[in-house]
Amino acid sequence: MLKEISFQINGKRKTLKVESGEILLDVLRERLNLTGVKRGCSVGECGACTVLIDGTPVDSCIYLAIWADGKDIVTVEGLGEDGEMSSMQKTFVEEGAVQCGFCTPGVVLSATALANKKQSFTRDEIRVALSGHLCRCTGYKKIVDAVEKEMEEQL
Amino acid sequence: MYRINNHYEPETVSQAISMLHQNSSLVVIAGGTDVLIKMHGGNLQDVDILSLRSIGGLDRIEKTKDGTMHIGPMATFSQINQSALMQEYIPVLANAAITMGGPQIRNTATIGGNVCNGATSADSASTLFALNARLYLESIEGTRIVPIEDFYMGPGKVDLKPDELLIDIQVEAKDYEGFCGKYIKFTVRNAMDIATLGVAAVCRVDSSGIIEDLRIGLGVAGPTPRRCHEAEDYAIGKEVNQETLQGIGERAVLAAQARTSWRASKEYREHLVKTLSQRAIEEALAEVGGAGC
Repeated sequence: MLKEISFQINGKRKTLKVESGEILLDVLRERLNLTGVKRGCSVGECGACTVLIDGTPVDSCIYLAIWADGKDIVTVEGLGEDGEMSSMQKTFVEEGAVQCGFCTPGVVLSATALANKKQSFTRDEIRVALSGHLCRCTGYKKIVDAVEKEMEEQL
Repeated sequence: MYRINNHYEPETVSQAISMLHQNSSLVVIAGGTDVLIKMHGGNLQDVDILSLRSIGGLDRIEKTKDGTMHIGPMATFSQINQSALMQEYIPVLANAAITMGGPQIRNTATIGGNVCNGATSADSASTLFALNARLYLESIEGTRIVPIEDFYMGPGKVDLKPDELLIDIQVEAKDYEGFCGKYIKFTVRNAMDIATLGVAAVCRVDSSGIIEDLRIGLGVAGPTPRRCHEAEDYAIGKEVNQETLQGIGERAVLAAQARTSWRASKEYREHLVKTLSQRAIEEALAEVGGAGC
């Protein structure tokens, strides 16, 4: 059963027809070429496929494309402006919080959602906010360092 | 691509229950964090899906004049954790909500889905057991009210008829007012893990330190979540001290039907029941500054 859905993706309006069983992750990667969204575990455990839906981090691998109708979706491709990285992305680079890079788009999106709350968070609270992401390279320390530093600067 | 034949999105509860009445093979989906995993694993496929996501108001958390707390089944774990009402009146459930999964899952998964999925490890279940929650199930024939303790029938099996929909989870004032509570989730990791054991204790202690009421809910201690009635009956009227706590722990084990799985052995789980039921009470009391909660 095909259904027409319409949503904002990285600030642009998009209308397309999707099957009932289509997964948001596949629509983003295969049909919209947003390959910053990664397919990791496919069952909502690793966080590599995280996107922001109406500003909230969600695993796109267990989210039906149909449900995106009317939503505002942001992937890592939507964070920077005019070819420039966002401030959060730059801090990740400066702090060496990126190694293989597979988990990075998802982590940066969760960190961005947290920073958008414009509140101060403790290091432990930052760790909780990022706990839905698995990173097998960094040991998390430099990721948390980067997010902590960026959030202090933004406040 | 999941193998979904049709996806229906009713906009009202009455539309949803009439669709369920006409086609009881419809698979109801809320947040999707359990149903879609079953589909991914091939345990569920070629089905028609009934999504509750377009029904407005089913995620409402509110307190009515008589003090009854209404928790909409479509409320996500994040909503429950952040709800000012929950934090003020039933903090034990607000705090239990944040132990489930990780942030992205909590932003999607719903309490109603968690309960209807029927898992003994459901992080909301043991606390809802301890709170004497009542489930409102609606079908074309009307509303049926089931205490949560009677809802769980076996692993993954709940007392929900194919044409029924969970429309409200209620906790009466008498079951939370004056109580303090604590949910302890015992896991190997601090996030994204399923409980090895979950214990929720809610208790009311008078100003002289006598236990007026106590309810303990266990998760993963048996095929379904369960209450520790022997331990509760023993505790009521006794003073909170080491001897009483130890007696509670020993009797809590009687309610457990622990089994050995790859996660933990039966003996280890029983040890956890005995220890953590005592610790949950101690921590619940400590959080409110001792007696008189």
